[in-house]
Amino acid sequence: MNMNALKEEVTGGNDMSDWTEIVALDEIPQLGSRVIATDTMNIAVFRTASDEVFAMKDECPHKKGPLSQGIVHGTSVTCPLHNWKIDLASGEAMGPDEGCTNVFPAKVENGTVFIAF
Amino acid sequence: MKEKLVLIGNGMAGMRALEELFKHNTSADKGSDLYDITVIGAEPHPNYNRIMLSPVLAGEQTINDIILNSPEWYADNNIELVTGDPASEISRISKTVITESGRDFHYDRLLIATGSTPFIIPVPGADKEGVLGFRDIHDVQTMVKASREYKKAVVIGGGLLGLEAANGLMKQGMDVTVVHLLDSLMERQLDKPASALLKASLETRGMKFLMEASTAEIVGDKRVSSVRFADGSEVEADLVVMAVGIRPDIELAQKAGIHCQRGIVVNDTMQTFDPLIYAVGECVQHRNECYGLVAPLFEQAKVAANHLAQVGSTRYIGSMTSTKLKVTGIDLFSAGEFNEEEGDEVLQMQDVASGVYKKLVIKDNVIKGAVMFGDTMDGTWYFSLMRDATNIADFRRTILFGQHDLGDAGHGEASAVMSLPDDAEICGCNGVSKGDIVQAISKNGIFTLDEVRAHTKASSSCGSCTGLVESILASTVGEGYDATPSKKAVCACTDCSHDEVIDAIKGHELKTMDAVRDFLEWKTPDGCAACRPALNYYLLARWPEEYKDDAQSRFINERAHGNIQKDGTYSVVPRMFGGLVKPNELRAIADVCDKFEVPEMKVTGGQRIDMFGIKKEDLPAMWKDLSDAGFVSGHAYGKAMRTVKTCAGKTWCRFGTQNSTGLGVKLEELTWGSYMQHKFKLAVSGCPRNCAEATIKDFGVVCVDSGYELHIGGNGGIKVRVTDLLCKVETEEEVLEYCAAFTQKYREEAHYLERTAPWVERVGLTYIKECILEDEAERKALAERFKISQKVAQVDPWKERAEGQASHEFTQLKIAG
Repeated sequence: MNMNALKEEVTGGNDMSDWTEIVALDEIPQLGSRVIATDTMNIAVFRTASDEVFAMKDECPHKKGPLSQGIVHGTSVTCPLHNWKIDLASGEAMGPDEGCTNVFPAKVENGTVFIAF
Repeated sequence: MKEKLVLIGNGMAGMRALEELFKHNTSADKGSDLYDITVIGAEPHPNYNRIMLSPVLAGEQTINDIILNSPEWYADNNIELVTGDPASEISRISKTVITESGRDFHYDRLLIATGSTPFIIPVPGADKEGVLGFRDIHDVQTMVKASREYKKAVVIGGGLLGLEAANGLMKQGMDVTVVHLLDSLMERQLDKPASALLKASLETRGMKFLMEASTAEIVGDKRVSSVRFADGSEVEADLVVMAVGIRPDIELAQKAGIHCQRGIVVNDTMQTFDPLIYAVGECVQHRNECYGLVAPLFEQAKVAANHLAQVGSTRYIGSMTSTKLKVTGIDLFSAGEFNEEEGDEVLQMQDVASGVYKKLVIKDNVIKGAVMFGDTMDGTWYFSLMRDATNIADFRRTILFGQHDLGDAGHGEASAVMSLPDDAEICGCNGVSKGDIVQAISKNGIFTLDEVRAHTKASSSCGSCTGLVESILASTVGEGYDATPSKKAVCACTDCSHDEVIDAIKGHELKTMDAVRDFLEWKTPDGCAACRPALNYYLLARWPEEYKDDAQSRFINERAHGNIQKDGTYSVVPRMFGGLVKPNELRAIADVCDKFEVPEMKVTGGQRIDMFGIKKEDLPAMWKDLSDAGFVSGHAYGKAMRTVKTCAGKTWCRFGTQNSTGLGVKLEELTWGSYMQHKFKLAVSGCPRNCAEATIKDFGVVCVDSGYELHIGGNGGIKVRVTDLLCKVETEEEVLEYCAAFTQKYREEAHYLERTAPWVERVGLTYIKECILEDEAERKALAERFKISQKVAQVDPWKERAEGQASHEFTQLKIAG
């Protein structure tokens, strides 16, 4: 398997044409989030203090708490229900907790947020 | 290129320093991002919990149970581990450490944690076979082996270590005699009555004692056969354990020309006189003290690690220590100066029949020392009162009966955790049993409450089981557990305490969160979910007219102005001033419920109506309808002023003495909208029958014929606490002024998430009375500051959002397809 094929396998075939325009970056508060409702699930899109964006399923791996409603700090979010800390980049629970939530590639271009589903 | 850090000593203090150092690692790799590390240990084992050697000797635990860091842990953290090859020389000129086998290791920084060695009394025969100290795994193995072949053991030394050794040998089936030079056991930790109780208790278990016996000679051929004393008497012995004391192991440092007295002399950053060389643990002497207990060593380790990681904002300033004897079935606790001196007062309780003895030494209403035998449940409480120098005047009459006598009707007797079975539920919120906690502690080598919370979730929700968890921790890890750190940091982002943050904001006029974090050298750029809400609150409370509230630093309930429920919907509670309501208001609520298809309504305990199951997107529209009907937010979701509960009062009630509903409305009009450290509830009862339950509220008024009794610091929650009577006043105007002053005092000084009940207990009723009753000028100034703050706070957040503010919070993004 060559590298491109491997990348397709891992990302589900995302290339530039699969990026979906979501919202202007300014519409997401710094250290905050917005929720995207899709047919199958809610997706939380987070903005950090340094204007990085991250997207993940809006569901804590612990008891499905809405992560979008948590407090964002550094590149992690603390779930509002039971204070699990989730790494925004990997979707993995931090500290001694174990669990992982789905993440989606996200980027900012010219002040607009894109996500690849 | 990383610098090279060499650690001499593979024991608890040194390894703790490395673990603390790793916490500062900001890279993705494990271990340290600043140093390549080599650990040189004399023993052939990885790091183990030395304080648990006694239970190992007694056969209650195995060596594997007490290993703290496995060989894999060293590999994972990129540590080069040298075992069984002690360091024999430090060359400060070439900056190398040379081991006994001749290997040499270069260092840029050196950490010495060589610990201590048992003191062997220099009497003739002390070098015979069968004579040993009690210090390491090898000693324990030798003792266990001897117990299988021999019968009679003599332990020289009736201190903590000697008695633990004697108990262990007895458990291994030996006939044990304890020899002590003085006339009472553990004289450094116990006073005479406690010592006598201990001796009697050990004697019933079969331990023998020779008191005031001075060892003169160890008799025998190759192996010991008896011990002879100064008075000529003799006792048979096949094994002699010397447990008369420990000496800091300073030999290496001394040979290298590092300044030593009793121990290796260090400064407040744990550096020796050679600034490249640090020392921690039992081998050091700091401000003229040497420590032999684990809690201080851990504090030292943290300071040394901070300095090594170049985030050196902390200093070690010495420790206060407490002692527990690890002999199963004997409860004994001691701390501080327990032998009274002239001018001290003594509180004492003695019940010989049930074997209970408690003594507190007090000076100027502050605890100086404590000794307890038979019932040590409150040891950690007395110790924290002592360490915080809490003024105990308000409860000294009942202090000997323990903390649960202080109005805490929560758990009381259940606190005797030692006797609980493993499946007993400790944390009711998260369903964690005693067995779960004990297992997590031994499996993960845990020493602190925070770590237990992280690993088991016990005590991490409502916190009512914190005392139980602390007791389990104390009984599982022994005195290594540090019950009350000398300073409790706000969170892992800082070393500062809540008080230091509050003082800095006030004293240095810090007016933004960044300014606070910069000034106090926060370790994270934008804090965490624990410190951000606290800082946001402190700034808001101190600078109400200047500080702009940061929505992203509020918990979701306060950001969305509703209570998040477990399914992600919200609940809505409109304010009903004093619990009064009119027909048209009830109609409006009914209409709102129909319109938004509210699945459930409930009358709350605070005399208002809760509407459940509201979708977040519907909140602003619903608030608009409520706002049009004249309602404002009830702040039922916030760390804020909640409700004023009232009874019918003299308008209707035949017993009523004053207009309690009317006063309730006035109090609620005064206080609504105010954010606090925690929820804050009021009540007004129209007569002493107290139907509004005013004596379990943060601020309660009980009307009497001649005026109004004001009660403070009550709590009907996790720990029920009855209020303290603040004073009695004659007019409604005074009620309002005292209420504003008390509320503001709490708002300005309590720690974030601390309710009034624990705050009043912490600072003392006397202090609050001084500020509010005795100092009229201060009372008026507090009340005035509260009113200024309320001018900004009394804006209805629901109306603002109904009109479009923060709309991003309530609208979802849609995507095409």
